[in-house]
Amino acid sequence: MSRLARTFAGLRRRGARALIPYFTAGDPSLAATRQLVLEAARRGADVVELGVPFSDPLADGPVIQRASQRALAAGVSLARVLELAREARREVTIPIVLLTYYNPVHAFGLKAFAHGAVEAGVDGVIVADLPPEEAGPLAAEAQAAGLDLIHLVAPTSPPERMRLIARKSRGFIYFVSLTGVTGARTTLPPDLAENLRQLRAVTTKPVCVGFGISTPEQVAAVAPYADGVIVGSAIVRLVETHTGSDRLVMEVGNFIASLKEPLRSTR
Amino acid sequence: MKLTAKRAPRLPDRNGHFGRFGGRFVPETLMAPLIELEQAYRAARRDPAFQRRLRDLLANYAGRPTPLYFARRLTERCSGARIYLKREDLCHTGAHKINNVLGQGLLAERMGKRRVIAETGAGQHGVAAATAAALLGLQCEVYMGSEDVERQSLNVFRMRLLGAKVIPVEAGSRTLKDAINEALRDWVTNVRTTYYLLGSALGPHPYPMMVRDFHCVIGEETKRQLREAAGRLPDCVVACVGGGSNAIGLFYPFIPDEAVRIVGVEAAGHGLGSGRHGASLSAGSVGVLHGSMSYVLQNDDGQIATAHSISAGLDYPGVGPEHSYYKEAGRFEYASATDAEALEAFQALARLEGIMPALESAHAVAHAMRLAPTLGREQVIVIGLSGRGDKDVQVVSSEGGSAPLPNLPPGDCAGEAGARTSAEPRLR
Repeated sequence: MSRLARTFAGLRRRGARALIPYFTAGDPSLAATRQLVLEAARRGADVVELGVPFSDPLADGPVIQRASQRALAAGVSLARVLELAREARREVTIPIVLLTYYNPVHAFGLKAFAHGAVEAGVDGVIVADLPPEEAGPLAAEAQAAGLDLIHLVAPTSPPERMRLIARKSRGFIYFVSLTGVTGARTTLPPDLAENLRQLRAVTTKPVCVGFGISTPEQVAAVAPYADGVIVGSAIVRLVETHTGSDRLVMEVGNFIASLKEPLRSTR
Repeated sequence: MKLTAKRAPRLPDRNGHFGRFGGRFVPETLMAPLIELEQAYRAARRDPAFQRRLRDLLANYAGRPTPLYFARRLTERCSGARIYLKREDLCHTGAHKINNVLGQGLLAERMGKRRVIAETGAGQHGVAAATAAALLGLQCEVYMGSEDVERQSLNVFRMRLLGAKVIPVEAGSRTLKDAINEALRDWVTNVRTTYYLLGSALGPHPYPMMVRDFHCVIGEETKRQLREAAGRLPDCVVACVGGGSNAIGLFYPFIPDEAVRIVGVEAAGHGLGSGRHGASLSAGSVGVLHGSMSYVLQNDDGQIATAHSISAGLDYPGVGPEHSYYKEAGRFEYASATDAEALEAFQALARLEGIMPALESAHAVAHAMRLAPTLGREQVIVIGLSGRGDKDVQVVSSEGGSAPLPNLPPGDCAGEAGARTSAEPRLR
């Protein structure tokens, strides 16, 4: 059983949901990201997502675009993100998942990536621009290496695609809450609960919801329908605001604790 | 490996692959809409009423067929193969782009989408998209890198006059690549109501197939016109390749004709060794950009590089997947021309034929002028003259374009006898 599977099984037993914070790796520095990951785990994160910066992040809104550019300007590459994961793995027990675009993985080499990731203590990978139709080669390498390839379901995915994706996805299923790019929104999409109900009808695998979720209130609203909630841009924005300040780690930690609160056991 | 009509596979396959290239590398949100688009396109392609309406617009609105013009003075200057120009610059809006936007515009209308978005580099596709939108009563927004907004101000003004909204993109290199990123972000957000009118033979399936099909009229007309004019096939067809839409439109109908050499010309910018160019096929490696696998300019970490070309339309670090396929299959050859060579070709065509080519098309002219002297006088080269150069006069002028031609003094320009006796290509 993979570390992700154990994590979600444990949460379900306790009637709790996962909080999954996202950090763009290397923004503002790899050392800072490592500290943020440790703090996140300490303050209630159940899984942590590390974003691999890419020059052309077409699924991302302005906040993560800026973070990616800062990280790239600081010389961050996929190889260095794997080093970061290896260091973090020595100090945290929660699953670590990479979020990347396909080209850096393709350039690294699929087999080298899958083995390198597992060897660094990475548990899963989400590839923003790799639908199941194109994922065959990476899925084969990931499976051989023991890396969970996590697929995404979107509000535009019809039921037959939901079934296909649910069958292929390992670790959990990433449900994209809205049609759009990453970034905070003031309200949740009205069809979210109905879309999640449809997905639940075709799978028993854990479902985590991301995109546009930025406040404890929104986390609380999504919690009843999901196994986990992913918060990205709101955290990256906070990192951006407090970069250079000695309050960075504490501010992000406090925010993560506030997001985790509505996800604790309801029993 | 030679591809003949019999052995050539029907491409792309059902998942949009040209061999190992192409495909749909996009966020899941776009998968169902891309499948729906492909189905709508295939249905339209079979529908005689759709085809009739498109043919009518191409003839009576866009001005097709465009002439195949024998460039006598250019031919004499080069002392070699007979050079013909396929005059896409004479299309309505001044470039081949109109073929594709009329097809896709009709498709958007058929799909009930009232809003279209487009990306543009040189502004030619943006102007064409704005034109089709005005014609069909659709709302149109065009993403354009802010650097391109600056160097193609005439086209920005034209788009606004046509009622389109031009949205400058400040991200990344502020050129075509970033305009496509931003258009894709818009489409992911508004996919239920919006048609993405992509302007080149790239992006996720079905775009490379669809854009190729709408531009194939270029090659089909060329074949027919040359048969009428010279009773034969060309020995060589040459076109510039950025994303590769005019090139694939000219080349595609000649793929089964093994005797026809097919040559794409990429932008060598400051030179292939300078790291400042747009030659993905000549100097790039295989990767994924903008939804398909193809040759791209990238570093060892898989980060996309910034391209450079004097022509905004070739200033792109990728290329359509079908070009990558036929390069590896050995059916298409690729060459390149530098900024300086394109400028010289621009001036040569202006002085010798009274035709100002777009700087994009000038790359094809530059290479054809190198190629012609190596061929016999009975042989025929067709250059895809994809667009007209009015939009580029400011760039050419600021690069010293009104000065006398290097190696081509004004007096010599007029002297045809001198040109005829010279076996050397005058412009390198």
